[in-house]
Amino acid sequence: MRHVLTTCVYCGCGCGVYLREENGRVTGASPSRNHPVSRGNLCVKGWHLHDFIHSPKRLTTPLMRKNGELVPVSWDAALDYTAQELGRIGASTNGQGIGVLSSAKCTNEENFLLQKFSRAVLKTNNIDHCARL
Amino acid sequence: MAGLATTFGSGAMTNAINEIEDAEVILVIGSNTTEAHPQVARRMLNAVDKGAKLIVIDPRRTRLAECATLHLALAPGTDIPLLNAMMRVILDESLADQLFIDMRTENFAALRAMLYRLDLAELEAVTGVLLEDIRRAAQLYARARRSVVCYCLGITQHICGTANVQSIANLAMLTGHVEKQFTGVDPLRGQNNVQGACDMGALPNVFPGYQAVDNRDYREKFERVWQTRLPAAPGLSLLDMTHSGACGPMRAMFIMGENPLRSDPSLDRVEETLTSLAFLAVSDIFLTETAAHAHVVFPAASFAEKTGTFTNTERRVQLVRQAIPPIGDCRTDADIIIALSGRLGYAMAYESTAEIMEEIALLAPIYAGIRHDRLRHSWGLQWPCWNTAHPGTPFLHKYYFTRGKGHFVPNDHLPPAELPCQDFPFLLNSGRIYHHYHTGSMTRQSALLNRECGEALLMIHPADAARLKVRGGDRLCMASRRGAVEIKAEITDQVAAGSVYTNFHFGETPINRLTIAAQDPVAQCPEFKVCAVRLEKL
Ligand code: SF4
Repeated sequence: MRHVLTTCVYCGCGCGVYLREENGRVTGASPSRNHPVSRGNLCVKGWHLHDFIHSPKRLTTPLMRKNGELVPVSWDAALDYTAQELGRIGASTNGQGIGVLSSAKCTNEENFLLQKFSRAVLKTNNIDHCARL
Repeated sequence: MAGLATTFGSGAMTNAINEIEDAEVILVIGSNTTEAHPQVARRMLNAVDKGAKLIVIDPRRTRLAECATLHLALAPGTDIPLLNAMMRVILDESLADQLFIDMRTENFAALRAMLYRLDLAELEAVTGVLLEDIRRAAQLYARARRSVVCYCLGITQHICGTANVQSIANLAMLTGHVEKQFTGVDPLRGQNNVQGACDMGALPNVFPGYQAVDNRDYREKFERVWQTRLPAAPGLSLLDMTHSGACGPMRAMFIMGENPLRSDPSLDRVEETLTSLAFLAVSDIFLTETAAHAHVVFPAASFAEKTGTFTNTERRVQLVRQAIPPIGDCRTDADIIIALSGRLGYAMAYESTAEIMEEIALLAPIYAGIRHDRLRHSWGLQWPCWNTAHPGTPFLHKYYFTRGKGHFVPNDHLPPAELPCQDFPFLLNSGRIYHHYHTGSMTRQSALLNRECGEALLMIHPADAARLKVRGGDRLCMASRRGAVEIKAEITDQVAAGSVYTNFHFGETPINRLTIAAQDPVAQCPEFKVCAVRLEKL
């Protein structure tokens, strides 16, 4: 059993949380005592931070639409097709026909990479996230 | 957060969360803090225990309002007249901080001229708040040495959202309640990493660190480091994209971890846009309503399966540490972007996410001193952090405003775009509750959180309920000009007569089918908080 110190994903308070890891599964969450925001406390969402991680509803394989249905495919197939379509539509619209939505739930590093991808590769500034929602 | 940027030059929380505890007066406006920001609410209540005065401005009697010294239950959408009335009282009673105004601000004459044109009796009628209460709130706020204002989406989700924020900034500057410890203006950011997504330039007009894309010097810097030409014209905002419709400019979209088919207003238009795209790719941890419309869906790793950083509402950059490897065949969003970029002929080579942070530090001056190994040995760093020896910045505007002098922007009342009428007699307000998060794709997976609160409820005032012959638990049809949903009634006097309230976490009850697409012209924040509806018992 290990306890891994991380940051809560739910609200902007940013509590310090320990995730309890047992045999490759996250089985619990508890507050950090010394963290300046959590100070030994979490709200009910924080105490149940781990509940969704092993949900049976998690997506675990790439999906692609074939004959109107989403069916499991390999990573290569999904990535190749996505790159081909974004490249094709980007080139034909000069980047203007592509829109990218990033996420306030993803990390800073991922947000940074996605805006770099939009601007440097897809050549569009059509990137936003739901800051205002 | 465009409103704070025009007045102060920076749109982030000016204090640290813990400073709230030592304020003498806390003014909370448009924020259901106990439910949306539990830890901030805890600090507010601690402050009250220590003798602080709490003023809550909210149309509803929220839990926080029940603990308040003063609750101003204003008519929805009348924040500007209320704030203007408070400022007029402050001028009339000579409570303004004239020294601060002279030394640190500009354009005060315009604000003063606007305030002197106002008629307090008229403002009392518009806001529905007794002048006596407005006067007490103004006196409490202005007289204390350490006053803090906290606001949230109740302020920004109006067509006049930017003007609302500017009015709050006006009030703070008028009384000199900024740029000191335990004193300031604090926007509470809704989702965990909204602050970080903005800082990282996931916005149509700025690069990381709020450097404008149409500024040649900034663009050349990024072009040099990234070794490629970059587009100069600002892009489309979220709603310009998702509401562009079948004939709009959008041909393809890539959506990472968002669910616009639940979170955006006027869902029928979003649906029209998404279904007419030639290509839609979605990366998410669950098959959301949006992902179900995609051509390609990528299974993303959750926060427990990756390493990186989040930035909280007080600008604190903190580590997210991997606890388990990605489950199933999932990959992190970073890996997905890197793989796509390589296939499109642009190699992104990073050994680890710590290396991505090094590139952020190189390009965004406010993050210049932030490194993963510094974060590993601390409780995070608050930006601006100018170099690797810099300790971070707990409160902003310490000696000067980011933009030089604070700028007063006078604002007049702008009524909501849609008010109740004969056909749609109720005013619908929507927001978050304690047990769930945003569109619910994560929290709804928790059996316990669902048991505590498993479906959407519509709060109705007892007088309205009696008139409609509705009892608690009855099912209602609620319709606006744009759509209808079925919802269960909860009778409570937490809402005012004539108003109803619910939240948008529940996929079965898509409240955003009803909401309106009118948006604030500057910040482009949709007006979620107010729209007109009709109720029928089923
Ligand atoms: S534990 Fe609760 S208060 Fe703390 S960050 Fe998570 S959601 Fe916010």
